[in-house]
Amino acid sequence: MNEKNSTLLIYTLLYFGFLYVPVLFLPIFSFNDANYMSFPLAGFTTEHYEEMWSKRNLHKALWASIKVGVVASVVSTTFALFAAKAFARYTFRGEKVSYGAIMMPFLIPEIILAVAILVIWVNLGFKLGLVPVTIGHTLFCTPFAMLILIARIEGFDFSLEEASRDLGENAWGTFFRVSFPLYLPGIVAALLLSFIISFDEFILAFFLTGSDATLPMYMWGQMRFVQKLPHVLALGAVIIVFTTFIVLLAFWLRNVGQGKVKKDIAIKL
Amino acid sequence: MIGFWRKIYSKYDNVKAYTLLSPALILVILAMVVPMALMLSFSMFTQVSMMEIDYTFTFQRYIDFFQKNLLVTLLIKSIKISFLVTLITLITAYPVCYYIAFYVKKNKMLWLVLLTLPFWTSYLLRVFSWKIILGTKGVINSSLINAGILSEPLTFLMYSETAVVITLTHAWAAFALLPLYVSLEKIDFSLIEAGRDLGLSRFEVFWKITFPLSLPGVIGAILIIFIPTVGDYVTPALLGGIDGRMLSNMIQAYFGKINNIPMGAASATIMLTTVVLITIIVSNVTKRLTQRLT
Repeated sequence: MNEKNSTLLIYTLLYFGFLYVPVLFLPIFSFNDANYMSFPLAGFTTEHYEEMWSKRNLHKALWASIKVGVVASVVSTTFALFAAKAFARYTFRGEKVSYGAIMMPFLIPEIILAVAILVIWVNLGFKLGLVPVTIGHTLFCTPFAMLILIARIEGFDFSLEEASRDLGENAWGTFFRVSFPLYLPGIVAALLLSFIISFDEFILAFFLTGSDATLPMYMWGQMRFVQKLPHVLALGAVIIVFTTFIVLLAFWLRNVGQGKVKKDIAIKL
Repeated sequence: MIGFWRKIYSKYDNVKAYTLLSPALILVILAMVVPMALMLSFSMFTQVSMMEIDYTFTFQRYIDFFQKNLLVTLLIKSIKISFLVTLITLITAYPVCYYIAFYVKKNKMLWLVLLTLPFWTSYLLRVFSWKIILGTKGVINSSLINAGILSEPLTFLMYSETAVVITLTHAWAAFALLPLYVSLEKIDFSLIEAGRDLGLSRFEVFWKITFPLSLPGVIGAILIIFIPTVGDYVTPALLGGIDGRMLSNMIQAYFGKINNIPMGAASATIMLTTVVLITIIVSNVTKRLTQRLT
């Protein structure tokens, strides 16, 4: 189409504003020298950021979130990699049902997952804490990771694997020396995005953490007190910057070598 | 003979596929199917006292649910809010996807990444930032008062259904943008050109060609937004006040303060059933609509 549509362009830019402006208020007010978040701004301060260093509970919650996030993202990406491979490579009976079952946790309201896990966990006589949260996060992250990996693997030429097998490499060798390096950008993208999902997840943590707060739970606890809000804003601003960086890295990785790897291999062959 | 070997091989394919799928499927069974089955059975028990549950089967909790006006009202309100959010998100996101699919030429992916980026920042923080904007001492009210336009803060902005709808529309935008864009991007532009050459007006081209062809994306967006928002907890808890409360806030109370686990389990089951029913209806209606339009 060779025409322009300035009405739609203006609308699109306004929509960008609607998406971005609310999120930007957090960093703006985190430098504001006042307890209330209202205009006009009172003055510039980094005090709220310095405050974060002295909060013991914050450090504990951060560490808890990192532990949960690392375990949940590694396990869910591993499971998702196997599953994605099955869907991309084979046609089999019950394919649609299996796909639906694995995507399910992503679709049904999270509060129902949380409540169901809570009921079984408590009735098995276990204590609430980071373990059930990690299980819930793994369940919730697997479909996300699988979607990313299927997109990666589907563009993959399986004749490369067959060639490797024909040349005498065994299944593991083929996996580690041929498939894995080609999947790697997708795998790292899936790991990073799963970690972010787990790191920011609230509902499952809210029902299942018990007394071991994760970072979103810590923020939730602080949001009720007006005088504690500024350092939540500072923390929020740091999390936003960190998340944005990781997500951009993941998006970049996801596209890395999508077309290029194939070309390189074609040239070498 | 060939048929026989093909049969063996395809069976072998099934085995290989399910071996690869087993970790993910076992996780879904152990962490979702079994817990949900247990939740279902708990919805048929009775909470006797704080610690004690009577394990005789009864449907009383479901009868209780529909006899309590509050719960039924909250269920209807949850559906209403989700419906509004889905509708507004679709209508507002559609033109954006349309623009990117048909008018943007370079770096389409970059536009798309930028559109979905805010979605990846913490949900809790996004909801919280709306509290900063809509609050009685928030950005909108304080600016309007400072500018002399208002003398008192607008109270309907905060702790209301409006606040919940606005916030959820913002929070779930990415889930409309992605499926809509994907389905619009797939449309063969020559079809639209053909429509124009044959003398259809812009509106007719959109209504008869573009829109029907983008319906798969519309259906995807409806389901992916409607289902989770029915069960949203954070937004109504932070911004809803009494007016904007939803069923999930009550479910949380049953598992927390009120401590009536069977009643909470029954409410959760009813929520899930409603969602499933509406999903089936929506996909059937849209399927018919697609057939009629194309």
